[in-house]
Amino acid sequence: MAKKLLKGNHAAVYGAVLAGCEAYYGYPITPASEIAEMAATLMPKLCRTFLQAESEVAAMNMVYGASGSGKRVMTASSGPGVSLKQEAISYSAGSALPCVIVDIMRGGPGLGNIGPEQGDYKQVVHGGGHGNYKCIVLAPNSCQEMCDLTMLAFELADKYRNPAFVLTDGVIGQMMEAVEIPQTVAQLPDKSDWAVMGTAESKNLINSIYLDHDELEEWNRKLQEKYRSLEQNEVRIEEYMVEDADYVGIAYGSASRVLRTTVDTARSQGMKIGMLRPITLYPFPVKEIAALPDRGVKGVLTVELSCGQMVNDVNLALKGKMRSEFYGRMGGNVPSSNELLEKFKELFGV
Amino acid sequence: MAKKTVLRKPKGFLDVYKHKPGAEKDRTHYCPGCGHGILHKLVAEALEDLDVVDRTVLMSPVGCSVFAYYYFDTGHFQVAHGRAPAVATAVSRANPDAITISYQGDGDLAAIGGNNILQAANRGENFVVFFVNNAIYGMTGGQMAPTTLEGQKTTTTPYGRNPLTDGYPIKMCEVISQLYAPVYVTRTSLHDNANVRKTRNAVRKAIQNVKEKKGFSFVEVLGMCPSGWKMSSTDAQRWIEEEMIPVFPLGVYKDVTDEDRSSIDRPTPVHEVDRVLEALDVTTEKAELLSKREVEPRYANPSIRASGFGGQGIMSMGQAIARVGMKYGYEVSWLPSYGPEMRGGTANCSVKVQENKIGACEATEPTVIIAMNRPSLERFEKILQPDGTIIYNSTLIEVEPTREDAEVYPVPITGLADDLGNTRVQSMVGVGAFAGVTDLFDPEEVIKLLPEMFGSKASLIELNEKAVRAGYEYVKENF
Repeated sequence: MAKKLLKGNHAAVYGAVLAGCEAYYGYPITPASEIAEMAATLMPKLCRTFLQAESEVAAMNMVYGASGSGKRVMTASSGPGVSLKQEAISYSAGSALPCVIVDIMRGGPGLGNIGPEQGDYKQVVHGGGHGNYKCIVLAPNSCQEMCDLTMLAFELADKYRNPAFVLTDGVIGQMMEAVEIPQTVAQLPDKSDWAVMGTAESKNLINSIYLDHDELEEWNRKLQEKYRSLEQNEVRIEEYMVEDADYVGIAYGSASRVLRTTVDTARSQGMKIGMLRPITLYPFPVKEIAALPDRGVKGVLTVELSCGQMVNDVNLALKGKMRSEFYGRMGGNVPSSNELLEKFKELFGV
Repeated sequence: MAKKTVLRKPKGFLDVYKHKPGAEKDRTHYCPGCGHGILHKLVAEALEDLDVVDRTVLMSPVGCSVFAYYYFDTGHFQVAHGRAPAVATAVSRANPDAITISYQGDGDLAAIGGNNILQAANRGENFVVFFVNNAIYGMTGGQMAPTTLEGQKTTTTPYGRNPLTDGYPIKMCEVISQLYAPVYVTRTSLHDNANVRKTRNAVRKAIQNVKEKKGFSFVEVLGMCPSGWKMSSTDAQRWIEEEMIPVFPLGVYKDVTDEDRSSIDRPTPVHEVDRVLEALDVTTEKAELLSKREVEPRYANPSIRASGFGGQGIMSMGQAIARVGMKYGYEVSWLPSYGPEMRGGTANCSVKVQENKIGACEATEPTVIIAMNRPSLERFEKILQPDGTIIYNSTLIEVEPTREDAEVYPVPITGLADDLGNTRVQSMVGVGAFAGVTDLFDPEEVIKLLPEMFGSKASLIELNEKAVRAGYEYVKENF
């Protein structure tokens, strides 16, 4: 297979097109705009829909409409835009609608800046909208994964009838790498039993309103069962030199790439450091992290481009059974690999 | 013998309101005297008579008609407050043969969803909007609506709507009809039989427009809200006639349905694998990799920081190095500075060309810097690795690097481009110089990439070819 030098943002659209995405509804925002631009280029070539919506709010509600109509559909944005999309994300989760949302995180809060950050973890992984729901969250750390995990996001979204996020930061969105483009297109699932398609056979109801308290509780229990099933079956991680590691760094997105270089440098200096990278942020690799103490690991360092958001989930997984430290940079700053190595030395005395 | 008249519900309604909770599955949730019941019936009859019941998809908004889906024998979306036009947009595009109806109240449509309705109208989406204007928020208990009349008392205007603090009633037909795209914009009322008949005709015409894919139709209907207005049903009918109609005059505000406009046809999406790969410009053949060259250890696995003014082609310089690296089978990454920095200020990018999988992609401690202007040299020589390499543009940089451990290559990059007759090719001079210094790749391999980077314009390609060679040869001849 031939490789193509692609921007992460563009690779996500390639993945979406191969996954059979029939509609893209979006709104421009740095550093995610290239996703809309590539969708605007590719979708019309295949007679599929691209629409630049009047707002992020509208874009996500359009996603709700297309999804309920049985189509594979995607949108993309960055922090401030994702905040606005939360209304319809909650409606989509509450109506069990599959869709894919790409979030290329930037610096916050407020208007912040456009540098790379990972400050959307909580609003994406823990549901920024109202109500008891979860979104599937995949966290690519390369342009190849921007393509592959976007395709996977469509599959998982349909399998679980649930919104799925592709969550990464400005570095992965903006960088270019060689991407091997899969040469197949996805088989589109039959959704006629629940979607509304303007036919006599599809007079279904897309809905999240349940006036009766017991009915709404029952619906919530069903959603929770679905989340338990996701947690059982869909956790994905990458381990790098964890096998004999004394200390393990935990990071996702661009922070995990820096950490990988740190691990290489540490190993070349005889320090046994490894890396655990969650590829799914929801479902979170709780068991995999909880197992680290039994594998001889003495401590973990969670590295994020934030003040510490994922580290809360790491700590919940560890339940205080092992030393857990945190190092984060903010404002668009990315730590260097040596900076992380110094942190390992300082915190753990390695 | 006269045909016997059988009174029955129109087929647009469900026989049994199956979605409605509780025992009463044969009557609506609306209050006595409410306008919604009448309009529902007119819509249901029209769907039957126009033979589109099975094709219809109805948006139930947030407001009193939130439960419209209880009643109609159609497909349904319950939607977020104000967003029906956005959802309907996607619904009508997903299934272009569907008869998509956005049924909305005044708070939903004219307040929280004000922009959504305007933009959907302006795009000329192929759906119909039934807009019930009863000058109040019914569902939430009688608060002020954007259409509440001046002086009208509501629970949030207990002293009457005061234009100085609350603004004026918004007139949606007047606004929507100013746009080019909508084909039919009308305001009718439900307060007496004659006006119900006019509403009936408007409803049918609007649905027919969608059926014929004529585009966006907007039917505003003044409806009674005896509960919200705290009046009897007959007083409510009178209130529309005496108070509302003077503010919201009835009539057709726009009708261009007879004009020769193109119909809203949507093509069928393509999923066939060959056509998809063609659209993505993916070749199915595996590219032959070039054999890697012998490289001096100091230039192996370079971590490069290229930098200069915006407009000096810094990004293409970095991309060209990454692309040619790929041809030799190296792992490559390219990371730009992005955003405001690229608009006028300095631009820089990190490029890595390595044997093994690339971790950190920002060249925080580069082994090579290519500085196209003085600020770039001063900024990035500070982070250059010990004994690193500096290639700098001696045409524009009149100072020398201060790093004494570095290997330094002053190359008149801009000057060489100027000699070729176009300053814009300086980025490819830089790429040629990099090839000359490191011998990481054959400059002729960069030249083969020029068409995919710069398109097929022959004169531009030729100039860039010369630029690559000029940079390469300058280094080979002078160092």
